[in-house]
Amino acid sequence: MQILRNEAYFLVYAAVTKYAAQRCIWTFYKVAMLKIKNINTYYGQAQALTNVSLHLSEGEIVTLIGANGAGKTTLLNSLSGIVPPQSGQIFFHDTPINNLAPHQIVRLGISQVAEGRQVFKPFSVDDNLELGAYLKQKFLSGKDKVKKNKEFVYDLFPILRERKKQLAGTLSGGEQQMLAIGRALMANPKLLLLDEPSMGLAPMVTQEIFRVIENFSREEKTTILLVEQNARAALKMAHRGYVLENGRMILEGMAAELLENKDVQRAYLGKDKKEIWER
Amino acid sequence: MDNFQQLIQYVLSGLSNGAIYALIGFGFAIIYNATGIINFAQGEFVMLGGMLTIFFLTVFHLPLVPAVLLAVMISTIVGVVFERLAIRPLRNAKPLRLIIITIGASILIRGIAMLVWGKDTHALPAFSSNEPILIAGATMLPQHLWIFGVTVLIIIISRIFFNYTMMGKAMRACAYNAQAAGLVGISVKSMTLISFVISAAIGSMAGIIIAPLTMTSYDVGIMLGLKGFCAVIIGGMSTGFGTVLGGLVLGLLEALGAGFISASYKDAIAFIILLLILFFRPEGLFSKKETERF
Ligand SMILES: Nc1ncnc2c1ncn2[C@@H]1O[C@H](COP(=O)(O)OP(=O)(O)O)[C@@H](O)[C@H]1O
Ligand SMILES: [Mg+2]
Repeated sequence: MQILRNEAYFLVYAAVTKYAAQRCIWTFYKVAMLKIKNINTYYGQAQALTNVSLHLSEGEIVTLIGANGAGKTTLLNSLSGIVPPQSGQIFFHDTPINNLAPHQIVRLGISQVAEGRQVFKPFSVDDNLELGAYLKQKFLSGKDKVKKNKEFVYDLFPILRERKKQLAGTLSGGEQQMLAIGRALMANPKLLLLDEPSMGLAPMVTQEIFRVIENFSREEKTTILLVEQNARAALKMAHRGYVLENGRMILEGMAAELLENKDVQRAYLGKDKKEIWER
Repeated sequence: MDNFQQLIQYVLSGLSNGAIYALIGFGFAIIYNATGIINFAQGEFVMLGGMLTIFFLTVFHLPLVPAVLLAVMISTIVGVVFERLAIRPLRNAKPLRLIIITIGASILIRGIAMLVWGKDTHALPAFSSNEPILIAGATMLPQHLWIFGVTVLIIIISRIFFNYTMMGKAMRACAYNAQAAGLVGISVKSMTLISFVISAAIGSMAGIIIAPLTMTSYDVGIMLGLKGFCAVIIGGMSTGFGTVLGGLVLGLLEALGAGFISASYKDAIAFIILLLILFFRPEGLFSKKETERF
């Protein structure tokens, strides 16, 4: 009897302290959901990332900016298992993921919207979305979930509902980008990686897509890592930002700070100290 | 009238051979689309299908249906083992190296078959009666009907599989863009394995339905494999329907050439066509655009 009571006390004690500890951490700094520690990534002999570190907390929108060829796509590809880093570690919810294959990483809850959209052009819009939920289709119980997710995506991007039976290859660039994002959302990711969603799109379309992403992130509490060349729009939407240059992380800070940072302004926001008439 | 009857006869045998070439070509196309390699061991699945069926019929005295099922199953297992042992460990190797490995595997499988079954040719009894059927003066065997029926069935089933099931769509997605497929959670490795399973099953089925007409032996895989490869080159690697047409065209030309010119040119005709196509239209006669696969 005594033993049982002790056991019960202990369980309660453990639960309370664990809860308290979590609350504590939550209030002081949010738990990092993703930690990238000092990764080095190569293409053959050529080093594309050098000692890159980055972290994401739950619910954050973080943007990664940098010039063409800086290594932004490589960083995302290292994260999603396409180009695994040669050294360093990546933790997702404290699980090391740097040795996993892409489909295993998707299963853990990280979905990447690749650069250049990469929709399955010979497939209908509907099929593209269903393929996005491929991991859920394996179970019979998944069918309802897939249907629900599809409705969710069609509500997010109503134009896709109208084009549902059309082949993805016949969509406009903006629609393909929406489809690529929708396809990634079909897997219910906890972390969404977006690689230059604005590439090649008209400013109006970009704005529309950014608006949807922002709303979505707020409502669904999905963490987002946004890679952009359009640094101003990205920094306006994000909470924090990182700046990558020649495969190295050179700057990190709150988005508002980076927007004010002189170096960032000169290099990435197209602002310099010249007067307007001098340009 | 006599000539006309002969023509019908040639067309019939051309079409039935062509159907077999189409099925074998299918196997090539499925693996090619999933992995980018040309599996020159494809013909060995065809040989295994026929030889294993005869083996189960004569040694274990099984009825035809279980013998066929077992033969297809074992050929498929050979396909799986082949993928696991020879293809998967070298996933990152260049396609050319993998293609050479498939040639090696085909020699190995053929060698084992020769040790087990010897060099004799064997006959598989016809599935149903051997009573010829007269059509417009030409004779057709019931086995021809079996060949056409099974071929049509396999084509219909694979079209349903590739167009309406999730796994089939995933295989096509993987063929279209493996990286994007990985990013939606499709395991490229499993798709490769499944492509070997399907190719082995279809190939062995082709070997089984043709065996009653042509006899079979440990080395039929060489010629049949090459003919299937011709079919897929004529049709274009990327289109399932093109492969069927390619097989039929090859079978017809072969039969007509053998009938009206000389039977000794039968095999040469296939390779002349192959070379002409590779020279003048390497994408195949019937392939339209990138977008149509399987
Ligand atoms: N598949 C590849 N093979 C070899 N080098 C590559 C490959 N992809 C990118 N690189 C190189 O890696 C560097 C970073 O490229 P990338 O990550 O695409 O930059 P970003 O996305 O910032 O424009 C560049 O120097 C680029 O040339
Ligand atoms: Mg990039």
